[in-house]
Parts: sequence; C-alpha cells; structure tokens
Amino acid sequence: MADSKTITPKESLLVRSWNWLTETQVWTSVFRHNAPISDRNRVLVVLSNVFLHLHPVRLRKSGVKLRYTWCMGGLSFFLFLSLTFTGLLLMFYYRPTLEYAYSDIVGLREHVPLGIMRELHRWGAHAMVITVWLHMFRVFMTGSYKPPREFNWNVGVIMLVLTLLLSFTGYLLPWDQLAIWAITVGSNMARATPFLGHEGPGASLLALGDVKLIHAADDARFALLGGTFVGEGALLRFYVLHCVALPLVIGFLMAIHFWRVRKDGGISGPM
Amino acid sequence: MVDDLKPPAPNNTPAREAVKPAEGVNLSRKTTTAAIKKPVGKKKKVADDTSPLFSRRSWLAVAWGSFSAASAALLAATGRFMFPNVLNEPPQQFKIGFPDEYAPGVDERWKDRFGVWIVRTPSDVVQEASGFYALLVTCTHLGCTPNWLSAELKFKCPCHGSGFRPTGINFEGPAPRPLERARIVMAEDGQILVDKARKFQFELGQWTDPESFLRI
Repeated sequence: MADSKTITPKESLLVRSWNWLTETQVWTSVFRHNAPISDRNRVLVVLSNVFLHLHPVRLRKSGVKLRYTWCMGGLSFFLFLSLTFTGLLLMFYYRPTLEYAYSDIVGLREHVPLGIMRELHRWGAHAMVITVWLHMFRVFMTGSYKPPREFNWNVGVIMLVLTLLLSFTGYLLPWDQLAIWAITVGSNMARATPFLGHEGPGASLLALGDVKLIHAADDARFALLGGTFVGEGALLRFYVLHCVALPLVIGFLMAIHFWRVRKDGGISGPM
Repeated sequence: MVDDLKPPAPNNTPAREAVKPAEGVNLSRKTTTAAIKKPVGKKKKVADDTSPLFSRRSWLAVAWGSFSAASAALLAATGRFMFPNVLNEPPQQFKIGFPDEYAPGVDERWKDRFGVWIVRTPSDVVQEASGFYALLVTCTHLGCTPNWLSAELKFKCPCHGSGFRPTGINFEGPAPRPLERARIVMAEDGQILVDKARKFQFELGQWTDPESFLRI
C-alpha cells in the first residue's frame, strides 16, 4: 500500500474529556483565560479571579520566611474565617433568649451531629486572641509600624480592641454563671465613665434642673445592656453585636489593613 | 484633572499684546465674568436675564447642607434607638405584705423576685429603734448575689468571699463598704412598700434617713 497515512496517537480519554470540557461555553464563560502554564497566564489567573486577586501576584522570598513574619497575621485571619464559619453553623441551633440559650449550647454538644462546633468556636476564639497579640508583638519587633506604616499600625490596634470586644460579647452567649458574672463585672465598669456613667464623676452635672439626664436607666451602661442589669436585653444585644455588627466592622478594617500592606509593597518588604 | 486648567494669562504679558483684539472685544477674564456673575442666592431677576435661579454653587451648598443635617439627625435617632423605653424587669416599687407577716430576722422570700432581703430587728444599729429595713442583694465588691447563712448569722458572697453582718455591715473579704438599704415606707393600706429606686449607703451616713428604716 502506498498510503502515507500518518497515524497520530489518540490522546487518552481523560485528556480528550478535559479538552472538550475546557472548550465548552459554560467553562469559557467562567474562566476567561487558559491554565497557568505561561507567565502571562499565571498573572491572569490571579488578576481575573475575584477571590485570588485579593492576593498579590508575586511574593517576596522574605514574605514566606517564618522567622521574619511568624505568620501570626495570616493565622489570625485564618482563625477569623474559621470562627465565622463555625459561628455561622452555631447560629442554626442557638436561640439568644433566657429560656433557651444555655440548653441550646448544651444541645450543640450533645444532640447535634458533629457536635464539636461550639468547642472549635471557643478554642478558636482563645487562639485568635493569642495570635493577634503575637502578631502585634512581631510587628513591633520588626519595626513595621514606622513611617509610612503608622496608619496601618493604628488600624491594627483598633482591630485588636475589636477582637477583644468580640470575645467579650461572645462570652455572654452561653448564659452560664461564668458568662453572667463576667459580663456583670465588665459592664459595671461602664457606669463609672465620666459624665456618661451614672456612678461616674460629673454625671450629676448633666441635669436639666431637677431632671437627671444620666441615671441607672439612662447611661452608657444602660445603652450597652439594654437594661439596668444583665438580662434578656443584654443577651440579645450582645448576640447582635457579636454576630453582625462587630464582624462587619472588623471585616471592613481588615480590608483596609490588608490593602495597606499590599500598597506598601507586600508583606516583609524592606523598611 | 482640574490642575491642568491654567487660568488665562493677564493682559499685560507680551504674548497677549502680540495679538491685538478687535475693537469692542474685551479679552479680560475679570470683566467678562463680572458681567454675568450673579450674587449667590439672589433670586431677583431683570427683565431679559436668562441665567438660572440658583447658581451651581448655591444649589450644591443647599444640597450638601440638607444631606448633612439629615445624616446628623439620622445618627442621633440611631443613638436614641439604643435606649429602650420598655424594660422587662421587675418593678422598682413593690408592696411586700403586712408587718405581722414577718418574724424577727432576715426574710428571704423576696430575694429572687425583687432582689431584697427584708430584715426585722428589735434594735437597729443606727436608728436604735425596732422595725424593718430592706437590704439590696448586690455585693458591694463586684456585684454578685451573696447567700444568707442563717447558721452563721452572716451574708456570704460566693464570688470572692465578702462577708456582711445581718445589719449589712461588711466585716470580711474584699467588699469595701456595707450592703445598701432600699427605701422602705408604710403604704396607705397598711402594707410595707419597698422602693429600690432610692437607696441608702451607710458609709455616706444615709442610714439615719427616716425612709431607710421603717419603725414599727
């Protein structure tokens, strides 16, 4: 036979299926670039993906050096995400009322399948407080608060306070003796605020003649607790603060915090 | 960018003088704008004036001003929102029954519901008379609820061990001052009325107040 038919070996089924898949309309509408097999595509993969584009395209070698960064900032963020996820799962079973709060927490361990969410959440919270302190310590020791990074340091300090507030508000939610008395003692500090606390200095000055503007049912502590003592008002308020308000604020500040690091040239850059 | 727009050169620069303007044409920027400029906010119109009622500047000032005022009002309203008008808390004033219903000593029947101990004494430490006083169940150290230990005749706080005599006077532990007394008076129907809205502190000399002790 004088046929000069060239026989190209057929690619494996897997490769052919993959090639078919990545050429479908569905795929190409989702992924507008090819696989990261060239430098250009590697950049495109990061830049064109909303989740990946939060990361830098390239990192300095010193950025992954544990001895330089301790990775505590990253760990804090990871713990925050883990706390958000476990917290969300807890919200499916926890009711913030006097009647149900304590028993729902017990139920999360005893009655719910994979009943370790509460433990993961609580341990994660303790760990996050530790990691943010270590992160702050590392930033201080490497002098990464010096100009032009002062603003980011301040944002970080505010986030530290917010982390502690998140711990404080979350502590009340199990509604056990530990929770009630810890928050009673902690919130009692608010009544000694100058001018805004009914047992603080200057509170009596804020009065319209005989009418006291600042009293036990109308001061900073009252606004915090939604009542004159730690009761159902405090439980609901702390639940809303813990699950919605404070996470939103700290998330917003995290965006600024990470953005600032990126704009200053990435983590672990030269001074 | 606005910075790129440079104002035209004044009339006395050489470049300008090179081009002689036609007669009657006024190239000066100052006089040109002054001719059509209207005072901010003035609404008086001349007969054939077609300029707008508000200048852009005055309109923006009104808009920004009202937006800021509205935002400030909204912020204040949000702050007021955080102070509830209705409290699901036990009432501050309550009647506790007739004097005959109480034996001498510390009575705990209202401890859980109203947060007071009713104490009947033949001779009060300050008033030196027989009668009733109401002790608030809040430990003066950090706010826990003490327990009445009748066998040892003392109030003992479980949190940090503060100890108080039946009179309320602190004698052991970290409590810095005695328990507080609530206002206690006789109501019209002969029942005892306790009013927690008014409290009396021993260390301020307030236990001599007649409303801090009901003489029976």
